[in-house]
Amino acid sequence: MLTGVAFWVLAVVAVAAGVAVFVVDSMARATYALALSFIAVGVQILLLEQGYLGLITILMMVMEMAVMAIYMVMFMGMNPALMPMDMTHGKKTAIGASVGAFVLLASGALLIPWPQRRGAVPEDLTRALGLEIMGEKMLVMAVLGPVMVATIVAGVVLAAHRSRYDRFGDDLRRRPADDPQPGGVGR
Amino acid sequence: MPESGMVIAAVGWAGVAGILLCALAYVAVTLDAVLSARQLGVRGGWTAPLSRAARLLRQRQRTTVAADTLLWRVGGAGMFIGAFLIVAVIPMGRWVLADPDVGIVWFNVVDVMVWALVWLTGWGANSTHSLVGGYRFLAHGLAYELPLMFALVAPAIAAGSLGVGDVVAAQDGLWFVVWMPVAFLVYLVGVTGFSVWGPFAPALAADIAGGVLAELSAVDRLVFQAGRYLFLVAGAAFSVPLFLGGGSGPVLPGWAWVLVKTVAVLAVLVWLRRKVPLVRPDRFMEIGWMVLLPAVVVQDLLVSLIVVSGG
Repeated sequence: MLTGVAFWVLAVVAVAAGVAVFVVDSMARATYALALSFIAVGVQILLLEQGYLGLITILMMVMEMAVMAIYMVMFMGMNPALMPMDMTHGKKTAIGASVGAFVLLASGALLIPWPQRRGAVPEDLTRALGLEIMGEKMLVMAVLGPVMVATIVAGVVLAAHRSRYDRFGDDLRRRPADDPQPGGVGR
Repeated sequence: MPESGMVIAAVGWAGVAGILLCALAYVAVTLDAVLSARQLGVRGGWTAPLSRAARLLRQRQRTTVAADTLLWRVGGAGMFIGAFLIVAVIPMGRWVLADPDVGIVWFNVVDVMVWALVWLTGWGANSTHSLVGGYRFLAHGLAYELPLMFALVAPAIAAGSLGVGDVVAAQDGLWFVVWMPVAFLVYLVGVTGFSVWGPFAPALAADIAGGVLAELSAVDRLVFQAGRYLFLVAGAAFSVPLFLGGGSGPVLPGWAWVLVKTVAVLAVLVWLRRKVPLVRPDRFMEIGWMVLLPAVVVQDLLVSLIVVSGG
């Protein structure tokens, strides 16, 4: 009963906050409306008794939104992000795509025959989850991690307009490095 | 959780825990004020928490043009509430309000919330200096948070569990601070970070007219400032089950030892504020990523090796 009430309240909060992202007229409000929506989803996962996944979802999303707020304000040309502004563009396509996606996912969720639970809940859920994710697939995870980091580093290297030659000089011997932003270790 | 030997206290004790948290924050404010007074060569400061609170409560609330009041209030109130959520998973000896199997992640979630809360407080006032302060804090956050997360990993690896009760139980013979000192120090750096305290206070610094605090007045300012002290206390208290053996100690009962250790860590953090200069966010970014993060990862590796070879 209580779980049911919590589920519906959180579901309404999640959807309403999701809608608010496009209704409000401020970058900060849109960002944190999205964060609230994610927090509600995270608590839903807690309701499924997946403590680790629920908390990690909240942690990641709040951090992500805090960082996103920086970039949104930083990269909006002519700084309208500090002023009231419309949060939507390309409305017809966007509404069509999102309604379509919602109908598809919702009908999928309602129409598929949900399987019955097989087996019982393990004693230590977090441990079981970790073994399930990492146990047999450890090799995949161990490869995936470095590949992802390499991708990020490569992306930053390709995107940055300054190379190591700008920092350390043509013979790479200039110390300390010539950085536009001074400070840090040993400078 | 029965296997960790923790006893879940009745819900009514939550009030006691809350009062205890506030009392320790009161002690922290008093200590800070007395040390400040002594540095100026005058006596007193003992009534500082009361007089400051009374002054702020009587102050008229300042409003700014086109302030985002909703987000502003959410930021300030959230700062006040956060520490209470942390205290819920800190065991006092055998007793704890809640011992979820992911207690350490719970702590981490609450301390990440501070990112949003401080920035929102900076944003809400619609004032340049406040917003600059909010960004300064986020820059600090990017530098201290990852080392802090890896510092939290070390006790979890050693205990083989993310539950706070299990971490305490795993320190039966030897406190974790003895063989993971780097993680402990980085953890304390993280605590000062998310309390916007000491070296991590440039977000509130005088060179930007008080930064996040610039337009905060009256009860809003009281709530935000109290929240910082509460977070400092909660951070110090959480270090006790994590690194300092929880309630273990001779003669005194467990809960008393938790209090003694908490006050000791808290006193050091308060005392350090005067000894360490403010660190500029841009400088600390590189310190965080080039020094603290590798150091704490090596610490985690050592802990893992010890655990694997020993068990």
